[in-house]
Amino acid sequence: MICYFGHTTANGLCRMCVVETKGARGLQPACVTAVRQGAEIQTHSPDVVRARRTILEMLAATVDLSEAPEIQSMLEEYGAKPERFAGGERRQPPMLDDNPVYIRDYAKCVLCWRCVQVCADDAQYAYAINFSGRGFKSSIATFFDKPMPETTCVFCGQCVGVCPTGALKAKREFLIEQGVSLVDVFYETRMRGAGKRSTGGPRLDKGG
Amino acid sequence: MDQSEQHELGFLDPILAEHAAGGRSGLVPVLLRAQSQTGYLTPPMVEAIGRALRVPLSEIHGVIEFYTMLYNQPAGRQVVRVCTSPICDQAGGHAALRAACRHFGTEPGEVTPDGEWMVEESPCLGLCDHAPAALVGETPVGGIDPPSPARWIREPEPIGLGLVGGMARPLSGRCGIIDPADLAGFEAHGGFGGLRRALESLTPAQVIAEIKTAGLSGRGGAAFPTGTKWEMTAGAPGDTRYVVCNADESEPGTFKDRILLEGDPFFVLEGMAIAGYAIGARKGFIYIRGEYPRAQRIVAQAIKVAVENGRLGEGILGMDFAFDIEIRSGAGAYICGEETALFEAIEGKRGFPRLKPPYPTTHGLFGKPTTINNVETLCAAAWIVTFGAEAYRSVGTPDSPGSKLFCLSGDVNRPGVYEVPYGTPLGDLLAMAGGVNGELQAVLLGGAAGAFAGPDHLDLPMSFEGLRAANLPLGSGVVMAINQKRDMRRTLLSLAHFFAHESCGKCYPCQLGTQRQLEVLERVVSGQGRADDLQILQDVGFTMTNASLCGLGMTAGTAVLSAIERWPELLQNGR
Repeated sequence: MICYFGHTTANGLCRMCVVETKGARGLQPACVTAVRQGAEIQTHSPDVVRARRTILEMLAATVDLSEAPEIQSMLEEYGAKPERFAGGERRQPPMLDDNPVYIRDYAKCVLCWRCVQVCADDAQYAYAINFSGRGFKSSIATFFDKPMPETTCVFCGQCVGVCPTGALKAKREFLIEQGVSLVDVFYETRMRGAGKRSTGGPRLDKGG
Repeated sequence: MDQSEQHELGFLDPILAEHAAGGRSGLVPVLLRAQSQTGYLTPPMVEAIGRALRVPLSEIHGVIEFYTMLYNQPAGRQVVRVCTSPICDQAGGHAALRAACRHFGTEPGEVTPDGEWMVEESPCLGLCDHAPAALVGETPVGGIDPPSPARWIREPEPIGLGLVGGMARPLSGRCGIIDPADLAGFEAHGGFGGLRRALESLTPAQVIAEIKTAGLSGRGGAAFPTGTKWEMTAGAPGDTRYVVCNADESEPGTFKDRILLEGDPFFVLEGMAIAGYAIGARKGFIYIRGEYPRAQRIVAQAIKVAVENGRLGEGILGMDFAFDIEIRSGAGAYICGEETALFEAIEGKRGFPRLKPPYPTTHGLFGKPTTINNVETLCAAAWIVTFGAEAYRSVGTPDSPGSKLFCLSGDVNRPGVYEVPYGTPLGDLLAMAGGVNGELQAVLLGGAAGAFAGPDHLDLPMSFEGLRAANLPLGSGVVMAINQKRDMRRTLLSLAHFFAHESCGKCYPCQLGTQRQLEVLERVVSGQGRADDLQILQDVGFTMTNASLCGLGMTAGTAVLSAIERWPELLQNGR
């Protein structure tokens, strides 16, 4: 499963949980399908595996999954060959670094909707993010693509917490990965906007 | 916002005052009306709208981005939409698009320096009987001459209703005969007889029984039994129910509902009122696609006349029955023809289809029990209540009773809407439309979401059971003829382009699959095919068909899979 998450409304988006139910047309998404008494369900029939593998291949040929270990292991499990789709269009928008709390690298976004959901009615009621475009060209976006500090974002960080692919990442984590010193990380994420670099405060480079 | 901006936004006040009480449901109407004043939507405009309707700004952004006829970037005050769907394309649609752009010295989507004009490529405009066609502002033009755009852009001559033919025409008989705004003419030809009979002498349950006995099934493509749908809605718990007419006719090759809406608008209003009486609703919505501005004007006028004359509103026909109908305009999204996506659009949201179950009969518009029917279905229902189930069953076949509007387009000599009894052979339909222009190669049945018949299918009875036996869809009644001179691969490419453009992006199989299907066909058509292309198309088609969330995804690969089955060599590498 890719989109399913215990704390957000299930929307049946990724269809990785499809199963085959005797007598039903097509395949059914297990996350949102009620179980019936006496139902005969196959979870790994050839049709189920074919659909799941094709979805994974198409996704991997579209999105940077380098920081999505769960999806990578699914690709392996299903013997997916994304190279079949080589040469196709990928979603590769530039990374957005517009606030001191988190970065948005939508080249890694699988459109699971979790961030939009926690930002809205599933948790925070901040409504800072929604969608741009539609179909293959869909993306997560703010009002008129404004930088995050100009939106209703309250920087609660819940979207970062629920992102399964590293598309949303804490700025600190991102900077540390880039080899930025802890002092500079502190400056970038806590003090930026205060006007000048603090000389007091905790010494992160000496353990706080 | 400073005072000058506030002053400039003054034009919004009357629009917002009219819609504020309705809250979010007024969003798309307000956006369309605001945009009609300025050409496009700016952040201050949208902020004012968001405040008045109490909708979060990010969500309005999402809505604007979803519908292709809403613009958040500068757009021309006049938009020329040139149809490039399969039918118009084979008649010269792309040439017309290029010529129109050359005329203004712009690229598609680029605004002229004076801000006045913009040329856009449009998916099917529903003017297939006038191919190649375009929409110049709100004027539908057809048979356009690609090399001379100055004529059809600067002095657009609106097309007529279109050709309506066939045998005895119970459903389309008044189209082209009466003035669509003339209530007396409508009633002189039997109009409102069904509503009168229902209100005066039938209980709601008897109306439903009549529809069930007639064996009416949905004409929008899914063929769900109409009486059963009404019965389920009537029986669902709750005090508020809705009737919704799906007039978002957007399936490439389908234009029958346009003919009914423009030629006989009171008929569909009568059908909606009868449905309202049968299920216990007092409010109906008719959702007409944004690309049908003329149909919207005609239906709006008919509603006005009907209310003034006691055919809608309070105390209809002097009886104790009230029913109101509100028009909603689409804004450029094929997916909104999917019933639950259509509800979302009326509710002011992105047109994402909902998960089913629950079904509209219990959880429809605004979460209330709703019956949603196609235009032609509602007209047929009105006819049945007027003349009785037995008369309806006297034509057609036992399993597909009644008569049906088919949309003949493409390589036939007289494209148009032809109404014939279900079961009429395909070859007779083609002959009625003046025969095939050239030698027949294939017939696309059911639309973009359809499948191909061949010259060997001319005896095929056009009934549900007849087509099912041949593993072909009846869909919404599309019969698109393709002659031997056409490159079928190009037809498939055009269909694939349509689905990639119209996928909403909600579920992965369709969001990703429509794009991959398009890419494979692009390379096949350009001679860059690969050895495994056929396998890829089959895997993608299988996955979309079986794992997608809604009917759009489930049928986005159907035509391609059908072509592969019929002409396996067509997409082979190197052909």
